[in-house]
Amino acid sequence: MRTNEDNCTEGMSLIVKTITRLSVGLILLYGIYIVLHGHLSPGGGFAGGVIIALSFVHLVLAFGKRQAFGTLSESGTASLESLGAVLFLAIALAGFSGGYFFANVLPHGEPHALLSAGTIPLSNIAICLKVAGGLFAIFIALVLLNPESEQGS
Amino acid sequence: MTPPSYILPLCVALPLGGAFVTALLGRKFPALAPLLATVVAAILLGISLLSVKLLLQHGVVVYTVGGWPPPVGISMVLDGLTAFMLVTINLVVFLVVIFCLDYVNQFTARWNFYVLFLMTLAGMNGVIVTGDLFNLFVFLEVAAVASYGLVAFGTEKHALEAAFKYAVMGSVGSLCILLGIAVLYASTSTLNMADMARVLAMSKPGALTTFVTVLFLMGFGMKAAVVPFHAWLPDAHSSAPAPISAMLSGVLIKALGVYALCRVIFNVLGASPRILGVLLFIGALSMVVGVFLAIGQWDLKRLLAFHSISQIGYVILGIGLGTPLGIMGGLFHLLNHSLFKSLLFLDSGVIEYATGTRDLKAMGGLRAKLPLTGATTLAASMSIAGIPPFNGFWSKLLIIVAAVQAERYGYAFWAVLASVLTLASFMKVMRYAFFGQLNSRWNSVTEAPFFMKLSLVAFAVLCVFGGLLLLPQAREAFLGLASEAITNGTEYVNMAVTQAR
Repeated sequence: MRTNEDNCTEGMSLIVKTITRLSVGLILLYGIYIVLHGHLSPGGGFAGGVIIALSFVHLVLAFGKRQAFGTLSESGTASLESLGAVLFLAIALAGFSGGYFFANVLPHGEPHALLSAGTIPLSNIAICLKVAGGLFAIFIALVLLNPESEQGS
Repeated sequence: MTPPSYILPLCVALPLGGAFVTALLGRKFPALAPLLATVVAAILLGISLLSVKLLLQHGVVVYTVGGWPPPVGISMVLDGLTAFMLVTINLVVFLVVIFCLDYVNQFTARWNFYVLFLMTLAGMNGVIVTGDLFNLFVFLEVAAVASYGLVAFGTEKHALEAAFKYAVMGSVGSLCILLGIAVLYASTSTLNMADMARVLAMSKPGALTTFVTVLFLMGFGMKAAVVPFHAWLPDAHSSAPAPISAMLSGVLIKALGVYALCRVIFNVLGASPRILGVLLFIGALSMVVGVFLAIGQWDLKRLLAFHSISQIGYVILGIGLGTPLGIMGGLFHLLNHSLFKSLLFLDSGVIEYATGTRDLKAMGGLRAKLPLTGATTLAASMSIAGIPPFNGFWSKLLIIVAAVQAERYGYAFWAVLASVLTLASFMKVMRYAFFGQLNSRWNSVTEAPFFMKLSLVAFAVLCVFGGLLLLPQAREAFLGLASEAITNGTEYVNMAVTQAR
């Protein structure tokens, strides 16, 4: 019945693939949780971005690079990374409308509410894009430049 | 009209924005990258000149990032030294970008070059404008890491090896700096440089200050490539593409090394005679060892790289004298060195571009084929050797006179000796590269494209007329304020703290 996966010889064994299919969504979701609650609890854009990047690394390890890069390509990663950086800079520049570079211009809201702290959650999202993109790009570079895996595929 | 103070964060934000936009769109629009880099560099040159005006009209300016007052938030400080370094860096980088417009065409993935280039610029400007010690470290790493990539940009074997060596040694230097910052933070509970100086001034100087000073001397000394820590420089600066060598040798080692060292030692820790003595010794050692290593080289760029070590020695020697005249001479030499050494590296780039070799023995008679390059190299050689009326003469004269005034006759002697050896070494360059019989291999060599020539001529003009900065009015507005910022020492505190309130 599982002809599709049996034909696909790349990646690890069926057990690993099945477990990965179950866990990878949870890891991604946990990363997003850490990012979005960055201004309320420990964690934030950097930590969440690392976790999100790890979920993609997980995919590459389990399913082989061909299938995983279908989900998120190399140039897509680079664009996401640059987009994160541009976003962060844009938020910083938006501070000029409040008088200072990096000023928190949005309403601060109630403490401990999810929608609070002005520009901090937005900065976290921008950092998350940058870190996730950057870390995954480094991983891709290491995978693509490995001469052994070049021969293997 | 007084220029607004928000030009300070723009010094960092503009090149960063340029780098990120280039990274995002460079692949799709190849023409965008050089255009954007040139525009950003031109605006930054304008901003740096405005910052001098702002300083003259307003005095020391403290910009609070995010509106948080200094001891808590990150501040950016504009004083004489900052304005001086901003002008130096952005002037050199702007002219180097113009050179790049033609030079970079030989590489693939050009937008990556401009991304790293702008990142380095952002890092250098960040180191200069920031008033926060940890922020200084972050920008220093931004500039350093981007420059590791730029050294390896040619992806030839020797370039990769040099970049790896540079990365390893640079990281060791950075770790020393980070440890120093950590120790200082632990003992003063603040990272703002002015606040840190205030706390340190109230406590008794002890073993801790000495320990931190040694760490910073090692760390920033590694970045500045003064002699015991110079091993990475000849490889890195000679393997990088020519405009990058010009930028690294011209401004990067000064922004990350000399400027940061001066800022931390004079303005934060406070200079004691013992530290000044160490600076004097290190400066004289680099000066003499650098020039002796340079004189035997046959690889043109390697020879220039060793001369960078020697000339940085002059800068450190001048600053280490600790007298107003010595510091002014050191800073003036810093500016002059960034002009003539950039020009020399760009000339070596033109020679490599035209002939494909860096070996002095293989050249010969190139003056006939590359007249403009020959003339500009001659101007730069005369500057670096200290022949009047070129700019290098005036700054070396100041340093030597200051050494004599301070009754450091030995150091004055070594400075004169190194200058004579520099002259000898550049006579050799001119003799083997440009004069003599034209090597028949180079019959078909042609002069560089337009933008490369434009950049060379601009640098050469600056080298010839650079001495005019010593005219009384220009001196007080520019060099005087910069050396005052150092001689005032820990006065920096009062200015930076009271301004912000």
